[in-house]
Amino acid sequence: MGAQVHGTQSFDDKKRAEIKFNDAAMATVQKIISRYPEGKQKSALLPVLHVAQAEFGGWLSAEVMDYVASILKIKPIEVFEVASFYTMYNLKPVGKCVIEVCQTSSCWLCGAEDIVKHIEKKLNIKVGETSRDGMFTLKVAECLGSCGTAPMMQIGASFHENLTYDKVDSILDKYKSDGRQRNYTDLDFNNTL
Amino acid sequence: MGRKLLIHNDKVPNIHTLDVYRAHGGYASVEKALKTMTPDQVTDEVKKSGLRGRGGAGFPTGLKWSFLAKPEGVARYLVCNADESEPGTFKDRYLMEKIPHALIEGMITSSYALGAKSSYIYIRGEYFYVARIVEKAIEEAYAAGWLGKNILGTDFSHDCYVQVGGGAYICGEETALLESLEGKRGNPRIKPPFPAVAGLYGCPTVVNNVETIAAVCPIVNMGGEEYAKIGIGKSTGTKLISASGHINKPGVYEIELGITVEEFIYSEEYCGGIRNGKKMKAVVAGGSSVPILPTELILKTAKGEPRLMTYESLSDGGFITGTMLGSGGFIVMDEDTSIVKNLFTFTRFYHHESCGQCSPCREGTGWMEKILKKFLNGTAEESDVDLLWDIQSKIEGKTICPLGEAAAWPVAAAIRHFKQEFIDIAKSKKFVDVSHYNRLNKILA
Ligand SMILES: Cc1cc2nc3c(=O)[nH]c(=O)nc-3n(C[C@H](O)[C@H](O)[C@H](O)COP(=O)(O)O)c2cc1C
Ligand code: SF4
Ligand code: FES
Repeated sequence: MGAQVHGTQSFDDKKRAEIKFNDAAMATVQKIISRYPEGKQKSALLPVLHVAQAEFGGWLSAEVMDYVASILKIKPIEVFEVASFYTMYNLKPVGKCVIEVCQTSSCWLCGAEDIVKHIEKKLNIKVGETSRDGMFTLKVAECLGSCGTAPMMQIGASFHENLTYDKVDSILDKYKSDGRQRNYTDLDFNNTL
Repeated sequence: MGRKLLIHNDKVPNIHTLDVYRAHGGYASVEKALKTMTPDQVTDEVKKSGLRGRGGAGFPTGLKWSFLAKPEGVARYLVCNADESEPGTFKDRYLMEKIPHALIEGMITSSYALGAKSSYIYIRGEYFYVARIVEKAIEEAYAAGWLGKNILGTDFSHDCYVQVGGGAYICGEETALLESLEGKRGNPRIKPPFPAVAGLYGCPTVVNNVETIAAVCPIVNMGGEEYAKIGIGKSTGTKLISASGHINKPGVYEIELGITVEEFIYSEEYCGGIRNGKKMKAVVAGGSSVPILPTELILKTAKGEPRLMTYESLSDGGFITGTMLGSGGFIVMDEDTSIVKNLFTFTRFYHHESCGQCSPCREGTGWMEKILKKFLNGTAEESDVDLLWDIQSKIEGKTICPLGEAAAWPVAAAIRHFKQEFIDIAKSKKFVDVSHYNRLNKILA
């Protein structure tokens, strides 16, 4: 058989063979699995998908989802079901930094719309798009639990709060000059309420 | 100054570490419970305290614990609901970030009462950094012997784990949370059976909110009766309130249940009044799903009595003139706020977060969002107000989980109390968002 269809994606066996966690990531995955009773390793799926997304370029390809299924000894469709349900998993390639601006009530009351417009103009993209240099993807999100420090945006693990135009500029410029991929699993966060 | 039991030490340097937490009396409830009390005695104290679930529904915690089935040879679980996604709510984040050991201490003491050998703390994925803080604290607790085998040399052994979610509000609903914890989509289960009988992996399970579990520590330390002396009537103890919106001092406040709403909004100890010298227009008192109330009704009940920060007083008048304490997500709006637009953000939220199992919820939320969008575009008709009312009334009570109601209530309340605003937009065929420009100035300033 040639390419198989997996959700909306197709994948090939050659690519699949190249996907493998490095030792450190595998150790993390094994530690996650050990939190659950014998035979309940499927419980590890959500956290393991976060590790996979961080390790394999910020999104989950069909090959990556298949690989996760094989580690947890579950069917590939069980992985796709979950990956497509939750908002934090990207099923398409994204920029190195995914910017998520909260747009719900408290943030909107404090100017979230203006923050979105400002970023759109600055990066010359619309919500849902990725900048041409592949650095930023702009998204809007629903309440992220920073309502008291609104408006806010999340990039990787970091919450950036009490935003102003200047603050947004300096944050994005910093990310751009450092050029790294940012993940939810990053530890170099700088969060304070 | 009101009494504080949960976050009184939040400004102590390094209170997130075990040593400092211990030096301030931390883990005393574990010592007291494991060494001097039986599990049932702990449950009794929680019953006597009158503690009600802090996740939103306000169900008596001791009663919930006593429902837990205890068949021989079957594991039992305690699951902590740290999914905190109700718009306007950020208190659990504050507690876990500042004083993670307060939650872990509560998990151990509560698990002892319930006879749970393992417990899970399910934290929303977006709070990944908070999960790290809690995990670090758990490691410290293991190293010091507060978790693991034979805690304090007793027969009680316990393991506590953190699980992160994937981003879905619906996983705050307890059965959806359990599905998610089992590695599945967050589709709420049909009840019964309730989790107390068949929860995680089909085993008897108690699901409690972060703040509920943390409150077990002071209850065990001071005794249930002492705890019940704080507050008024069936609203006992202290409550964390997340205050946001157009106030001078947004943030997380611990209040004694029973202070007046007026004191909470206007005193310097709490919100410090409305920002920019504006007048208050409306308040959403308990997270996005509870009915919005105009100023007159949030400060005073329909009978003209001062409204208090209690479960009973806030719901006085039912949904006609009252609201709910809910999760304590307290959102304040000033006189320039468009109620229609605020409602749009809520409705868009519920549409986005509907899991899609029930058609009244899945279709109804989307339909309401579409109609509200017409108001913002200036293309709505007056009849759309009635249509909105009709749709919301057909969701309530017809769905698997309460998200349907949570989506319907805000629409009903906005129309009930601010109908003229909808009609004015429909008549003038124009939506002008004044508040938007105010905020812009503030950001630029
Ligand atoms: C749609 C929906 C979302 C909910 N979200 C949360 C939440 O984020 N945190 C929470 O503690 N409870 C939430 N709840 C309530 C839980 O189902 C459950 O009642 C609660 O965790 C029980 O804990 P408690 O008794 O300590 O409050 C939610 C309920 C619904 C219907
Ligand atoms: S009410 Fe909505 S969220 Fe709840 S089960 Fe039904 S469709 Fe899902
Ligand atoms: S409304 Fe934006 S973080 Fe809660």
